[in-house]
Amino acid sequence: MRSTTDSAGFAHGVHPPMHKDETAGAPIRQFPFAPVMVVPLAQHFGRPSRAIVREGQEVQRGQCLAEADGEVSVATHAPASGVVQRIDLVPGIAGRMVPGIYLKPFPGSTQEVAAGPACDLDTASPEEIIAAIQRAGIVGLGGAAFPTHVKLRFPPDKPVDTLVINGVECEPYLTTDHRVMLEQRDDVFTGIRYLMKATGVARAIVGVEANKADVARALADALPADLPVEIGVLPVKYPQGAEKMLLKALLDREVPSGGLPLDVGAVVVNVATTAEIGRLLPRGQGIQERVITITGPAVKKKGNYRIPIGTPLRFALEYVGVEDDLGQVFLGGPMMGQSLPSLDIPITKGTSGFVAFRRDQALQQRTEYPCINCGYCVDACPLFLNPARLGLLAQNRRFADMAADYHLMDCFECGSCSYVCPAHIPLVQRFRGAKSFLRKVEAAG
Amino acid sequence: MSELVAVAVLGGLTALLATVLIVASRKLAVDEDPRIDIVEGLLPSSNCGACGFPGCRAFAEALVGLAAAPSGCTVSDDAGRQAIADLLGVSVGQARKVVARLACAGGDNVARVRAGYQGARSCLAAAQVAGGGKDCFWGCLGHGDCARVCEFDAIVMDAHALPVVLEERCTACGDCVDICPKDLFSLQDTANRLWVRCRNEAFGDGVLEGCEVACTACGRCAADAPAVVRMEHNLPRVDYAAHPGEATGRAAIERCPTGAIVWVDETLGDIKGGQAARVVRQSARREATT
Repeated sequence: MRSTTDSAGFAHGVHPPMHKDETAGAPIRQFPFAPVMVVPLAQHFGRPSRAIVREGQEVQRGQCLAEADGEVSVATHAPASGVVQRIDLVPGIAGRMVPGIYLKPFPGSTQEVAAGPACDLDTASPEEIIAAIQRAGIVGLGGAAFPTHVKLRFPPDKPVDTLVINGVECEPYLTTDHRVMLEQRDDVFTGIRYLMKATGVARAIVGVEANKADVARALADALPADLPVEIGVLPVKYPQGAEKMLLKALLDREVPSGGLPLDVGAVVVNVATTAEIGRLLPRGQGIQERVITITGPAVKKKGNYRIPIGTPLRFALEYVGVEDDLGQVFLGGPMMGQSLPSLDIPITKGTSGFVAFRRDQALQQRTEYPCINCGYCVDACPLFLNPARLGLLAQNRRFADMAADYHLMDCFECGSCSYVCPAHIPLVQRFRGAKSFLRKVEAAG
Repeated sequence: MSELVAVAVLGGLTALLATVLIVASRKLAVDEDPRIDIVEGLLPSSNCGACGFPGCRAFAEALVGLAAAPSGCTVSDDAGRQAIADLLGVSVGQARKVVARLACAGGDNVARVRAGYQGARSCLAAAQVAGGGKDCFWGCLGHGDCARVCEFDAIVMDAHALPVVLEERCTACGDCVDICPKDLFSLQDTANRLWVRCRNEAFGDGVLEGCEVACTACGRCAADAPAVVRMEHNLPRVDYAAHPGEATGRAAIERCPTGAIVWVDETLGDIKGGQAARVVRQSARREATT
């Protein structure tokens, strides 16, 4: 086991309170089926999948409901055995209604998971493994929901030598990756074998933060002798889970502005995604459930749950029990997650957890003061941007200057600048607005 | 003695450089039409770009070069445009008044707010958080980015947090069109009187739960005025090239159940059809739930 605790890590970043102790020790429990499941067709980055079932059709759990539509797209599978009620618009996370499938599970079904042809590790070719990953509907389970198979197909002029498994989980409150690494470590190792064969790289590193020392020990103890995997233990800092920060901390490689991990010879895959690859591919199944953390001061039964994809949030919160004075519910963690407008949205592949707060703990409207140029945000930005200047430009609506002169598009919205700002300036919110403005103007031509 | 040398050298140098400058100014002079400066002086110097040229100077050059007509400037008043026309000896040109129009009537009295947004008071920021919290995803968020961005004070927020365009002040510069995260503004010829005050692409009466004045895509307007209105993405689309007159327009709006399609009268403002339901809800903001 290689420990990089003494590594310099990455520069800047912040140290928010982590609140992970409440759920880090809670074993993963199976979640029941909701009376009606809501399965959006676009749970991933890219083109929505194309429905291949019709209304009224009976489907088996794990059966493919919708096929991948093109290269940057993945399949969607039935989370339960039941009947397709409607193919209609369903509530989406962004507030917009999106195409999806309403599925009513059969109450008495054994809920056996349908299996297709298995993808055997020893006989399958790299291309077959990549195709199987797309067929299984696997996307980045860390939150971005980027189709994993797209990352594994890289151009020959970009040699990749290292596979980085991201088990950092730097977002406060969330402990899904922590539990997955403890309870599914053999799946993680199998997944790494599949990924190494698919990409042809000879070396893999699992990155975890020092607050998951038990994970590092457990992984190192069970590590098969023939698997060239190192375990890198990193000092705790937010946003280390961002792939650019992780590559800097683990490998001391810096992804150029506007570049990808491919540009520095690495592929980064989330650890829960790796575990799902290791669990599903040998069985020929598609992804129909995932592990999420449901936590926060307003939740009664905090914990980590293996939950069917498509479970409405309202049902999930009823099952775990919430306090009467439920205030805000955050999708994802409090740093990069977003406050939800409605409890009717379903859990999707990209959902890593929910944090529910009581009404009196909810974010209060804070008075915004003028920037005093203290530079805290400049010290916090892990990408060495100048949030203070960007914020000022955004306030004056000089959006084009922000992108042209101050690298706005490199910002990945970690929120460190807003977190440290003593003047309570909503910096990252302004940057998101500016980016959406520029995207809109660009689309309009 | 040495003083004399210094005076002679510097004096000689001065004479030489002055000669060079004089020769250069004669030989390298660029003739510029003096009228450009005069015309630029007659323009409002707001550099808004609504004429389609990069600023008033460029527009003045185009005017003098007869590549544009004085009516292209939407900021000047009639007297100002006439003065330019007189100076250049051309006609003012077809005055086609273009203004920004909003495609939403969902003020906080009629449109339900589903989630209480508490962040920065800006539509651009609010739209990033689950679309802004309004029940209708397409509707106006009412934080007034358009009113703030307007350099001509042509947009004011009304009592129900809905922007109102003051058409006499609007220069059609397009800043509000760009800033609105919901794409609710567009530049319209004032002659285009038949107007759809809704952008909701959902189908059916279910949309009324979120907004009383939303288009339900019933298609009555398209059925009653098939020559000028057709349904597209669950919304009526008016074919302005067919120049819908008042009779056709009134026919199109008459049976609209929610008043989502209106006839914009010059003095009276929006006129709804006779069968449009009366707005009853008065306090949607207070209905907001988390």
